[in-house]
Amino acid sequence: MPRIAVTVDGVSYEEDVEPRLLLVHLLRDRLGKTGTPVGCDTSNCGACTVMLDGKSVKSCSVLAVQADGCDIVTIEGLGANGVMHPMQRAFHEEHALQCGYCTPGMVMAAIDLLRDTPDPSEEAIRQGLEGNLCRCTGYCNIVRAVRRGAQEMGQAARSS
Amino acid sequence: MTEVGRARRRKEDARLLTGRTRWTDNLQQPGTLHVMFLRSPIAHARIARVDVSAARGLPGVVAAFGGQDFAEEQGSLPCAWPVSDDIVIPDHPPMAVSEVRYVGEAVACVVATDRYRAADALEAIEVDYEPLPAVLDMHDALTEGSPKVHDAGNQAFSVKITSGDLEGAFRDAPVVIDRTFIQQRLIPSAMEPRAVMAATDGDTFTLWSSTQIPHVLRVMLAVVTGIPEHKLRVIAPDVGGGFGSKLQVTAEEVLCLLLTRRLGRPVKWTESRSEGNLTVHHGRDQIQHVRLAAEADGRIRGLQVDLLADMGAYLMLVTPGVPMLGASMFNAIYKMDAYEFACTGVFTTKMPTDAYRGAGRPEATYAIERIMDELAAELGVDPLEVRRRNWIRHEEFPYTTISGLTYDSGNYEAATDRAIALFGYDKLRAEQADRRDRGDAVQLGIGVSTYTEMCGLAPSRLLGMAKYGAGGWEHGSVRMLPTGKVEVITGTSPHGQGHVTAWSQIAADALGVPFEDVSVIHGDTAIAPKGMDTYGSRSLVVGGVAVLKACEKVRDKARTLAAHVLECSPDDLEFAEGAFKVRGTEAQRTIQELAYAAFTAHDLPDGVEPRLDSDATFDPDNYSFPHGTHLCAVEVDTETGMAKIRSYVAVDDVGKVVNPLIVEGQVHGGIAQGVAQALFEEAVYDAEGNLLTATMADYLLPSAADLPTFVTDRTETPATSNPLGVKGVGEAGTIASTPAVVNAVVDALRPHGIHDVQMPCTPERVWRALEGARR
Repeated sequence: MPRIAVTVDGVSYEEDVEPRLLLVHLLRDRLGKTGTPVGCDTSNCGACTVMLDGKSVKSCSVLAVQADGCDIVTIEGLGANGVMHPMQRAFHEEHALQCGYCTPGMVMAAIDLLRDTPDPSEEAIRQGLEGNLCRCTGYCNIVRAVRRGAQEMGQAARSS
Repeated sequence: MTEVGRARRRKEDARLLTGRTRWTDNLQQPGTLHVMFLRSPIAHARIARVDVSAARGLPGVVAAFGGQDFAEEQGSLPCAWPVSDDIVIPDHPPMAVSEVRYVGEAVACVVATDRYRAADALEAIEVDYEPLPAVLDMHDALTEGSPKVHDAGNQAFSVKITSGDLEGAFRDAPVVIDRTFIQQRLIPSAMEPRAVMAATDGDTFTLWSSTQIPHVLRVMLAVVTGIPEHKLRVIAPDVGGGFGSKLQVTAEEVLCLLLTRRLGRPVKWTESRSEGNLTVHHGRDQIQHVRLAAEADGRIRGLQVDLLADMGAYLMLVTPGVPMLGASMFNAIYKMDAYEFACTGVFTTKMPTDAYRGAGRPEATYAIERIMDELAAELGVDPLEVRRRNWIRHEEFPYTTISGLTYDSGNYEAATDRAIALFGYDKLRAEQADRRDRGDAVQLGIGVSTYTEMCGLAPSRLLGMAKYGAGGWEHGSVRMLPTGKVEVITGTSPHGQGHVTAWSQIAADALGVPFEDVSVIHGDTAIAPKGMDTYGSRSLVVGGVAVLKACEKVRDKARTLAAHVLECSPDDLEFAEGAFKVRGTEAQRTIQELAYAAFTAHDLPDGVEPRLDSDATFDPDNYSFPHGTHLCAVEVDTETGMAKIRSYVAVDDVGKVVNPLIVEGQVHGGIAQGVAQALFEEAVYDAEGNLLTATMADYLLPSAADLPTFVTDRTETPATSNPLGVKGVGEAGTIASTPAVVNAVVDALRPHGIHDVQMPCTPERVWRALEGARR
């Protein structure tokens, strides 16, 4: 069984894994990182989105062995010292979640979207989040939240 | 400032936003085994042989069973809504024993140390099927000589309700509109797939399930499995959406309980999405034949509705009740002299249908709002005008409709006027005329939906009259803790609706305590023991009111105590901002101080028990009737068939609002699901009964890129059937929006001679409609 080394939310792990083990199952079943949920089996819904070396991936579509040597950030590792990331705060302020199941993936995808497009238009947000499905909100408040998150992250970047 | 009415940010959010969640699949008991089910790949077949022996020997496999192994103990999945006396309710074994009747029905299972080992072992199970003919088309199913789904035949029930002189209404009617609408089959698609965990200590059983109905489930599971009800605890942990799909007693819940009983170890099953598309109950699926008779000026004389409703292969918890929930709603907001509703439930070899957001009411609203537009087109008048000529005027409330419901309150004029203004109705009509004149390839259509619905299920007495197997009351209790903090226990079971926040607002006002000092407990039959759960837009209008009533009882007790402590008559006390003050003096005690006094119990009046807490049950005497006007503008590209929503305005009247943020969110999400039915979604079975839309890649759920921003506003006509003045909101958006969108698509195409487009109005369907019209 291959041995892999990964860092997840700042903690290093070495794990023996079957080659077929999905990254999301490594996170959830082996490492107890259940903040990242699974919503489908065809990589359509995006609920399982995490950051892999700084870029968003759907962790149901990555093998654990492919993550060997990588730095992974999940929704659980976004905030620091009990303070939420500006995008998490924006989702709260704009009521951009109801059941919350899509939320971890949606927040990660939104942050990834801002890497390339720091000040996205509504249209850019809608296109950029196309790979993340939500069944509760109708997306209106998610779009608002991403706008707000972008503004707050922009302000934070300018003031630092 | 009162808490009720404030756009409080939700208490639920922080956990959900930081991944500290309790989805059922997150939960782990020591030694938990994983269950997977082998499912029929054939729509209809006799099971000749199931051999699980090869699976049993594989690494990590603890057990494997076929249906025969459960035959003696698995019982039959319940149907709680026998809508007629002669209804056929077939036996519904949780695991098929001798015959399968839809693709996806479980035929065997494996229990293994992890999900990968379980999946491997499924491959080793052998099943021999002897195929039987699939039964897929409802009309065909009802013809003589059709293959049968069940021995008793393919008709589950047939009911007819008539009010007024229908024949007279249609006789010599100046206008008769006759249409057949198809309500396609939908897959509810809550984002969290179902999951179940079951454990036992040998005496008692605990079941965790991604369910909307822990309380109903407990009763039903006790009946089905024979586990005594008091030995069974059901927990709904965090539940990721439901929309009716988790209002069910499922095969997997029963079988996980039986497996933990048999194996003595905790077992967990988590559905894959593809498995879910096959086996989570589906929604809608009706053929609606609707006839409307009207005067030359558009006033409705009579309405006749004849439905075929696809039950699928079995009757599940409320399968036959779903079309019946629409029985009194086709007449909607309109006055008429005669009405007839007929419905035949039909068995097919497909996944059973059951409640999906709106459940019967979206179907009814679609049919009436579509045919009202057809009436307007026939008469050549504006669709809003034809509605004005027929709707109940605000001064006529309370109003008893032709179908026998009494609408307590409403103001259709106000909601419509507001929607027209926000939408820019006249300007869009002018643009439409201009595009038509120019022969623009992109045509503009305007769709109207002036809906109402009955929700807040429900008065127990009325549910009994409708032959539903349970009541519709709801329970709330309130505990004031020694430190003055408050615990609210509710029988509702939220899965995204924000009850923790909203119930905190209600309790904070009623008790005069800070919003932050209230916590809300739900979803566990051991600690929230009484309840009827969450569906039918009932939680606030029944459960929220129960919380209010429990708070009022606590307040009354606190008043008695305050009078004792302050040595005055209770009548001398006024209650404001959480304190009882002796009128005309400075003397006062806060309710939070009194909670401590009630805890120490050192000095209570005679006959007063320690503690400030109370229970209350609320059973309303009527449904709630939200209403509103939704307007949709759609651009239809007549060359590609692509229909794109350009603008959407929703003005809803849901009575008093506890939290406008939550209400707006529910409306947004509701509209999105209704739009999805209109434009995107359809569960498709092929000619052999295979589900072609069995994955999320094949069943098109709209993404952010597929939907516009919805403009929402409210009018406020308080309900008179509950002391909060509130009406349900969870389903309203879905009920309203589907006809608004399809009316817009048809409106864009009407100059081409098109009078209907079957849902979903995909580019292909629209293009084919245009091609058909050109020929």
